[in-house]
Amino acid sequence: MTTLTDPPAESFKLSMLVYDTRYRSITFQIIALIAFLLFFGWLTLNTVQNLNDLGKEVSFGFLGNPAGYDINQRLIEYDNQDTHLRAAFVGLLNTLLVAVLGCITATIVGVIVGVLRLSGNWLIARLMTVYVEMFRNVPVLMWIILAMAVLIESLPAPSAFRGDDPDSTMKLFDSVALTNRGVYIPEPLFSRGLGDISFFGAFDISVDLIAIIVVLIGSIWVSKRIGRKADATQEATGIRPTTWHIRTAVVILPTVVLLGILGFHLGYPELRGFNFQGGTHMRNSLIALWLALSLYTAAFVAEIVRAGIMAISAGQTEAAAALGLRSNRIMSLVILPQALRVIIPPLISQYLNLTKNSSLAIAVGYMDITGTLMGITLNQTGRELETVLLGMAIYLVISLIISSVMNVYNERKKLVER
Amino acid sequence: MKKSVFLGALTVAGLAAGVAGAATLDDVKARGTLNCGVSTGLTGFSYPDANGEWQGFDVGVCRAVAAAVLGDASAVEFVPTTGKTRFTALASGEIDMLARNTTWTFSRDVDLKFTFVGVNYYDGQGFMIPKELGVSSAKELDGATVCIQTGTTTELNLADYFRVNNISYEPVPIETNAEAQQQFLAGACDVYTTDASGLAATRATFENPGDYAVLPEIISKEPLGPLVRHGDDEWGDVVRWTLNALIAAEEYGVTSANVADLASAPTDNPEVNRLLGTEGELGAMLGLEADFAVDAIAAGGNYGELFEKNIGENTPIGLARGLNAQYTDGGLLYSPPFR
Amino acid sequence: MSNTHADTVLYVRDTMLDQQEPPASTVGPVGWAKDNLFSGWLNTALTVLSSLFIAYLLYRLIPWFVSPTWDGTSLSNCREILDGHEGACWGVIRDRWQQLLFGFYPPELYWRPILTLVLLLVALAPVLYTDYVTPKLLYFSAAFPFLMPWLLWGGTVWMPLMAAAGFAIGFVVFTLVSRVLNAGISIFAAALVAVLWWVLLAAPVAHGIASVLPLALEPVASRDFGGFMLSITIGVTAIGCSLPIGIVLALGRRSDLPLVKILCVGFIEFIRGVPLITLLFVASVLLNIFLPPGTNFDIILRVMIMVTLFASAYMAEVIRGGLAALPKGQYEAADALGLDYWKAQRLIIMPQALKISIPGIVSTFIGVFKDTTLVSIIGLIDPLGLANGIRADTAWNGIYWELFIFIGAVFFIFCFSMSRYSMYLERKLQTGHR
Repeated sequence: MTTLTDPPAESFKLSMLVYDTRYRSITFQIIALIAFLLFFGWLTLNTVQNLNDLGKEVSFGFLGNPAGYDINQRLIEYDNQDTHLRAAFVGLLNTLLVAVLGCITATIVGVIVGVLRLSGNWLIARLMTVYVEMFRNVPVLMWIILAMAVLIESLPAPSAFRGDDPDSTMKLFDSVALTNRGVYIPEPLFSRGLGDISFFGAFDISVDLIAIIVVLIGSIWVSKRIGRKADATQEATGIRPTTWHIRTAVVILPTVVLLGILGFHLGYPELRGFNFQGGTHMRNSLIALWLALSLYTAAFVAEIVRAGIMAISAGQTEAAAALGLRSNRIMSLVILPQALRVIIPPLISQYLNLTKNSSLAIAVGYMDITGTLMGITLNQTGRELETVLLGMAIYLVISLIISSVMNVYNERKKLVER
Repeated sequence: MKKSVFLGALTVAGLAAGVAGAATLDDVKARGTLNCGVSTGLTGFSYPDANGEWQGFDVGVCRAVAAAVLGDASAVEFVPTTGKTRFTALASGEIDMLARNTTWTFSRDVDLKFTFVGVNYYDGQGFMIPKELGVSSAKELDGATVCIQTGTTTELNLADYFRVNNISYEPVPIETNAEAQQQFLAGACDVYTTDASGLAATRATFENPGDYAVLPEIISKEPLGPLVRHGDDEWGDVVRWTLNALIAAEEYGVTSANVADLASAPTDNPEVNRLLGTEGELGAMLGLEADFAVDAIAAGGNYGELFEKNIGENTPIGLARGLNAQYTDGGLLYSPPFR
Repeated sequence: MSNTHADTVLYVRDTMLDQQEPPASTVGPVGWAKDNLFSGWLNTALTVLSSLFIAYLLYRLIPWFVSPTWDGTSLSNCREILDGHEGACWGVIRDRWQQLLFGFYPPELYWRPILTLVLLLVALAPVLYTDYVTPKLLYFSAAFPFLMPWLLWGGTVWMPLMAAAGFAIGFVVFTLVSRVLNAGISIFAAALVAVLWWVLLAAPVAHGIASVLPLALEPVASRDFGGFMLSITIGVTAIGCSLPIGIVLALGRRSDLPLVKILCVGFIEFIRGVPLITLLFVASVLLNIFLPPGTNFDIILRVMIMVTLFASAYMAEVIRGGLAALPKGQYEAADALGLDYWKAQRLIIMPQALKISIPGIVSTFIGVFKDTTLVSIIGLIDPLGLANGIRADTAWNGIYWELFIFIGAVFFIFCFSMSRYSMYLERKLQTGHR
């Protein structure tokens, strides 16, 4: 027999902050918060005092001053009388450029290598293993420096193209020049161009480009419509009308016509004076960085891909083979789509790593955000605190954007899978 | 007393907070070593040899100061710095002085709050080209690709010069001299621009130096000198007058070979006597021993000897004295009197 | 049915046929090559192409590598020896290999870093080769973190001993307090007492004892550290120190307390979101601004601090992975036994989670070790920074590939052996769990 009695009326005692689980978590959190705030306050106090002693004050006003230095690789207009802010922006665009290029190539190379490492061909599998191990086990900074050195030493200088009987000639019907200053490729030009429009007075975008993109998107949309109509017909009658020729024409013709109206032609690079003029110049610093980052990251991607493929049970391959699929179709239709689920999360962190590693650009003189804002601007203005903190904030934002975009993609993949 | 233990360094540094700052001279004496910031590697000016000993012209200045203050030319901790870290290292007190071919400019002196104590090398920015280019003046460089060392005043001078002369160019920024040299030799840039001394030093080590020429244009003034923190004038004086002692010693013919003789007894030249401390109390005024200059000169020789040993005409670098000769020989070196 | 065989010739084989040799094309080297190299036209083409590629590479590289310049005293001397032929100038390696390995560490004291490395392997043995060594060695592993700085930096032996004493004092306080109060508070009290000991008492006591009983090694300034020794020291210190921080962060990230979780997640994501080079910039130009005026400890220590913070964010993620991989039953079993949070962590969760995480820890270490090359950008003399200094010597100005190939090869040897080891470990651990 038990008698139920009311629990004794609770009165709050100080010791409950420690012993009572309901309060304990709050106590701990408050302690943690106070410790955190104290630590930050301590840092800030020190900083203020140190800056006072040095006679400096935190101000981002220097960003509005003329930078005074030139940047060779730039995606938007910039000269040495523009501001430090604009120089930093040029650097940011360069960081993004090499990061995007690098991620694309690293993925392609990584997937190919990862698949080839599992190839039945002994030599190829060994060769790929050697590649992966070599790149994974030597610091990326060394690869960047070495890639630059290889480009510089192995390609001819522009002067080798000079004279009646030059040592080197341009490749691909005289349209591409490979030099140790970079690769010159033909650039698209418009003889009846529509000019540029200025965005916020900060940078210009070619109207031609916008027009072409609009037309392309439009024609692809129309082509899709035709495709859907064909689907509907097929559903209704069981016979699929042949549409591929119409669809191709719809996609290609309007763009071609537009290019004709704009007076599209290619501007070829040619040797004038010290350098090749005309054409698009891809500088060696960009190529070396791109190459080194993508090959280095590709080695990791290859391992991720291999692990992803091996995680798919052999039964899947056998089942696909039993259905009569050929081995490359098995890979692309059965194995890879399933492996993607395992592959994507580590792939995201490789993309992040590549973006962060692009900050080593200064080793080859590629002017990314580290080279401009945290490099020359820091040196010339002596604003260590502002430039470094701003630079870190920019990288942090880039990283967060990449990881959130990729996480969204990952979530969608997961939903489709299950 | 040398107590640089791993954990000790941390706690001692924590306790010593607030003490450092003002009297660098006392700090150096108490520590027993001089912390001197040098370049991580610049031919002729500072580089580590096979035994890990630092060598070079800037290094010689550090050793002279250490000898003057501590009486021991080897009591120097060399702190390799880059273009980016050098000023912070000095401002934060990590180093006591910076001897890293640093150009004396208005903004560094005034805005960054440093004191340049003098000039140990008068330099200027020049251009080097391969002779086969057939260029005889920098004004003919329209459209050329130019290799520049970043983190220096060089890139600003270059941008100014080309803008004023309305010439277009393609800059190739490069971190170190060694990389720049490699790119220039491979033809990845037409022109290499840096301080003329650096150009000469670089050219001297080429396989065929004769194929390259330095253009006559010198587009900037680059007085390179040692510097210390603002606001510690006693310490600034010590470094300044050590440098002046080296320069004056050359003027009066005091060398590392005869300095011991000359200092043993007063000579008939009163200026030499005051310099070497056999007469007057100049050393005491600085807070140093009377014979501080003797130690400084004995450390690596006078200015001329340092020059000849590290970058002079008999070295592979082969720089002529030029502007860096004594004023008596038509140069700019002119030590104020020791009086 | 019965007459099916009626028309057939009556024959019954009464002996077994001798086993036939397989066709010559399916066995031996030929068969192997056919299977592995020339199965199908695509594979044949790939094989031929890659063999050509390898042959071309070797043809170009071997003459350069095999170059009689080991005794060259300078680049120009090498050029004389080579007499116009292409070739490497290996003299620079003979001249500077000690520097590349040890930096400016005094040559007569080279035994100290070497001994430290050997002892490091001994200290790691009970963790890495659990099957082969006695667990008693773990006591040595615990002592190693105090032995290592003493051997490398030198100075009086009492300082590291006093540092170790801090842990002992903390432990005593913990046991005493935990009899009265709960574990969380005891840990807090122990940490407080230990920190007080380190900050206020350890140095004077160590100096006191040292003046009575001076047991000291010749001190070596951390500025003299360089080359691979610097890389390894930074890497090992960072990983060693980041392990406890990483555990705390990982637990914090999985904690139920929202504020603690936010702080930990914020720290981890911040560190992982910025490149290491920016953290090194902070170490080289900003840390002095953040610390109390006048505080000034040398750049190598500052770099170690930043690299440790960097590594601990990655370590936290590795350990979080280990914690997540632990079956839920383990947590429930610990709860069922009535263990409180700290006891459960200490006795049940952590030993297993850490064991699962070892391969991840090793690869984090490889990553950090490779990333130490970045310190050359802020002017430290790691192998790459030293290469720059060596090339500023007039004798070796213009040297390029030889130094980089040497450095790359040493890095490769270190990292490759470590990664192989971690793969072996991964396989070993996998059999236990699947």
